[in-house]
Amino acid sequence: MGELAAFIILSAIALVSAVVVVTSGNIVRSALSLVPTFLGVTGLYILLQAEFVAGIQVLIYAGAITVLILFVIMLTEGGTGLRVRQVNEQVAAGLLATVVLAGLLIGVFLRTDWPRGPGALPQYTAEAIGRTFLTTAVLIFEVTSLLLLVSLIGAIIVARRER
Amino acid sequence: MLLLDWLYVGVFAVVGLAMAALPLAIVWALAPRFPYPQKRLTYESGVVPFGQAWAQFNVRYYLFSLVFVIFDVEVIYLYPWAIVFQALGKFAFVEMLIFLVILLVGLAYAWRKGALEWA
Amino acid sequence: MTINWPLEVVKAVLAAVIVFTFLAVIGAMLGVLLERKIGGWIQSRLGPKHVGRQGLLQTVADTIKLLQKEHITPHAADVAIFNTAPLIVAVAGLLDWIVIPFAPGLIVRDLNIGVLFFAAMASLTVVGILAGGFASNNKYALLGGLRSASQMISYELPLAAALIAVAMEAGTLSTVSIVEAQARQGWFVIWQFPAFVIFMIAATAEVNRVPFDLPEAESELVAGYFSEYTGMRFALFQLGEYAEMFAMAALATTLFLGGWKGPILPPLVWFFIKMYAIVFFLMWMRWTYPRLRLDQLLNLSWKLLLPAGLVWILITGYRITF
Repeated sequence: MGELAAFIILSAIALVSAVVVVTSGNIVRSALSLVPTFLGVTGLYILLQAEFVAGIQVLIYAGAITVLILFVIMLTEGGTGLRVRQVNEQVAAGLLATVVLAGLLIGVFLRTDWPRGPGALPQYTAEAIGRTFLTTAVLIFEVTSLLLLVSLIGAIIVARRER
Repeated sequence: MLLLDWLYVGVFAVVGLAMAALPLAIVWALAPRFPYPQKRLTYESGVVPFGQAWAQFNVRYYLFSLVFVIFDVEVIYLYPWAIVFQALGKFAFVEMLIFLVILLVGLAYAWRKGALEWA
Repeated sequence: MTINWPLEVVKAVLAAVIVFTFLAVIGAMLGVLLERKIGGWIQSRLGPKHVGRQGLLQTVADTIKLLQKEHITPHAADVAIFNTAPLIVAVAGLLDWIVIPFAPGLIVRDLNIGVLFFAAMASLTVVGILAGGFASNNKYALLGGLRSASQMISYELPLAAALIAVAMEAGTLSTVSIVEAQARQGWFVIWQFPAFVIFMIAATAEVNRVPFDLPEAESELVAGYFSEYTGMRFALFQLGEYAEMFAMAALATTLFLGGWKGPILPPLVWFFIKMYAIVFFLMWMRWTYPRLRLDQLLNLSWKLLLPAGLVWILITGYRITF
């Protein structure tokens, strides 16, 4: 019962902030609304007993990615004064597409046979995650470092070409 | 118990917000309010401010935050490794060694390419 | 074991109120007073002496004064963000205290990811500072906010490296377990001395203290990102910074100085002695060292502390594995 209440509150926070992110005309307000969205998702991770993932969600998303986005906005000329017009002429078509998509998704969710296995949730603690990526998923782990290296090099090349 | 732990965190956040907002509410109730245009003018060492308030675009801020995000993700892998590597023997250490070496190469690249320069 | 949720919520609220009041009084108020007294002593002058005995009530008086100062909002500022930014900084600084163990059994909650949680809350402060810098619609504030944010994110990485080195030594992320590990293995300030040094430097930079307080430099940027903040909102930023500084000191005692372990005196007293020793050291540094230039500061972090931290992690790993 308590979990359901927590789920509803956290989802509400995440969804309302997400709506603000998408619809706000003030771009900085839009970017700052990402923080409650991420925090709401963090709460949802906690409800799934995945505290390590929750911790890194705050650390990376709310702490680093939001900062990155804010930096870019504040450094763009006129960026902070940008008032984006949120509604264009295709409102009717957009609304129709939204309703159709929502109907599809809800239909799929309701018809799927979500497996309800017995027993405990898989362990998402830091120890379990550590063990996994050091034993069974080593290749993925090492490839991730290459992926990070590639992103770093790519981003530096792209950014420095601006000079 | 996990959910109980984090319930405390949630409650602390809410109570913290309320307690931090409390002095603001007190001020709103108590403080005088005499706004006039000169008082609300943006502070620029006493002169009338000119120009819009944005910082000159300089890619260095962006590069720092970028490199930071990459290394932050790397550090995230270090947290679980730090607590399990002892139990898993030499192999775990070597795996992380490879991981860190690859990323130190990245740091060296960023250094050489001047991404870490402020000038 | 069934949990009585409403009771737990009430307990949590009480704990929150107690901890935050304690922080606001012992941390911020006493801390500001300590800063001024120590600064005075180092500079051969008297600090505040008039209000109350030996000036002890000085910050109380300051707080009362600030409570009735007018809230001035610059005319083009984004009011919503302008008001929320100090709240973010204050709450992030306060939430850090959840994982600090004061004495055996005296910790708010011993989270399994204790140390990671601490780092995560420290990184939330940056968003508040950026928001504050922007919301003032003042180019000096914006610049100060950007520089402060750059500094803080640059030092988060060596900070994390130091935390990870300690976690490696103790084999856990939980703060209570780290204190207990030190009881078995000896204080980590000995075994992890490089990590201690890196942590202290990074912690000083994270809370924007001298020698790393360029973003707040009065001589350059007025007051940096809080130029336009007056009265209580300014006080909230300061509260957040002082709470964060004390939290860093508390974490340093937990991770490196053995937490609450000590021979004769009760554990809580030992904890405070050690924590205030570190706070004194931080304040001592403030009044002794000149300010570093921003590029010197960033070079120190990226080119010295981060590689050093990562290499130290490898050395510790090698030492423990082989």
